[in-house]
Amino acid sequence: MATNISTARNPYATSFGTKVLNSLKNLLPTAVATLILLTIWQLLCSLPGATLPGPIQVVEETWPLIIDPFYRGDGTDQGLFWQLAASLQRVAVGYSLAAVAGVALGVLVGVSTLMFRALDPIFQVLRTVPPLAWLPISLAALKDSQPAAIFVIFITAIWPIIINTGVGVQNIPQDYNNVAKVLKLSKMKYFTKVLIPSTVPYIFTGLRIAIGLSWLAIVAAEMLTGGVGIGFFIWDAYNSGIVSEVILAIIYVGLVGLLLDKIICFIADRVVPAD
Amino acid sequence: MQILNKVDSPTAEIDPNAFLVIDNLSKVYPTPTGSYTVLDGINLTVREGEFICVIGHSGCGKSTLLDMVSGFRQPTTGEVRLQSQVITEPGPDRMVVFQNYSLLPWLSAYENIFLGINSVWPEKPHAEKDQITRDHLAMVGLSEAADKRPGQLSGGMKQRVCIARALALRPQVLILDEPFGALDPITREELQEELLKIWTDHQVTVLMITHDIDEALLLADRLVMMTNGPAAKIGEIMDIPFPRPRDRAQVMESPTYYELRNSALDFLYRRFAHDDVE
Repeated sequence: MATNISTARNPYATSFGTKVLNSLKNLLPTAVATLILLTIWQLLCSLPGATLPGPIQVVEETWPLIIDPFYRGDGTDQGLFWQLAASLQRVAVGYSLAAVAGVALGVLVGVSTLMFRALDPIFQVLRTVPPLAWLPISLAALKDSQPAAIFVIFITAIWPIIINTGVGVQNIPQDYNNVAKVLKLSKMKYFTKVLIPSTVPYIFTGLRIAIGLSWLAIVAAEMLTGGVGIGFFIWDAYNSGIVSEVILAIIYVGLVGLLLDKIICFIADRVVPAD
Repeated sequence: MQILNKVDSPTAEIDPNAFLVIDNLSKVYPTPTGSYTVLDGINLTVREGEFICVIGHSGCGKSTLLDMVSGFRQPTTGEVRLQSQVITEPGPDRMVVFQNYSLLPWLSAYENIFLGINSVWPEKPHAEKDQITRDHLAMVGLSEAADKRPGQLSGGMKQRVCIARALALRPQVLILDEPFGALDPITREELQEELLKIWTDHQVTVLMITHDIDEALLLADRLVMMTNGPAAKIGEIMDIPFPRPRDRAQVMESPTYYELRNSALDFLYRRFAHDDVE
């Protein structure tokens, strides 16, 4: 009997097996493309007069960093896990504040035509300011690099959240508003049963754009503010002339950015109501 | 004074005790090129429990007329009174069944109905609100689908939920804006019969827009025929004398049926034919 369970005839096992096989099939083109890129990179860097290390050299030179991400040293001498964790922590704080404030302001601008006329032009101007242009002001105002970096994340992430939430509220179908009117729904019920569920897909579009921008901004901001964090790690490695470490850090930055995007998508899939 | 001709709205004397009174109603929209009159001098008195159908070509202002009864729009002149109260805003005493269902897609059929009950009678005990919701789901034969979301329901089922949501609030007037227009013919007939039965059981006053003469002849006590816009008026009001309770086969076998049908067709396609061919 026990042998029966483990055979491929078990439908559960089969479907699981097919799933793994399917995801492998999907990954195959990516793997091939990556391999080709690595080969080109290696070939280019083997040319005489190449200034950057090839992939093999990068792995060789950064091997201690790769195998020991949880290394603990003094000051900014920390393993890559801790560097990334420090950056992620700043992003988490700045991004969460931006999400709360952004949704609130977006709802305000969405429900009130007056507020929209008053604030939208200001938002449109401010959102085009590059993240790093905010850094001197926030350093001057907050006197400390840690809150200044968090403020830069906040101010970078908030615009797409405000704008998308606002558009979402303005696009609540008139039918739903009519239903709310004829049922005389209270403000609270309208908010929780009509406005938020109807706007959630737009909010998540904003949140997804914002997480990408936050991660872009933190790396740049940390280069200027210093301390533990992947941005300063890159800058520090460059100043020490260790380009391999810069490249490794860039790869990690990219993977973490992808992961953040996937996390927001995953949450959106759970939260956004199906039709 | 302009001379009243045959198509002018019948200026009946208004009974002060009438249930629903549409009194000299007009709607004018300002446009950059001058004012645009949609409806002009509409008078209609509806008895309690009466079933009224409104028919007319697209753009004749039928929906505007019903919007002023439901309170979504305000008349330019005149007023609508329900039991002597002037209507100024939408409210659950005049529930609307919209053409495109307008159920909240993130709530189940049960929750869509419950939301209204909870909003209108917040003080009722939960068990009672639950019972009203379940009774009305049962009334439209959707007890099994209580937990389904609108996206999982067919068009006919969605419209049933809408009717249940509306009637659960015990409205004084039920307003339906082409409720079955988007349904296939078989489902439409089923729902017409169901509405007929529900109306007989509930004795609710109904105002219903339709494009379908047969539907009106089956359901209505009176058929209000509108002239073409702009400045549409009530052209004619047809009494539909078939005895109640009605049955589709019985109604269609009656010789009066074809007289009435031809008279309505004559009104719509000869006397007030639409300019553009539909």
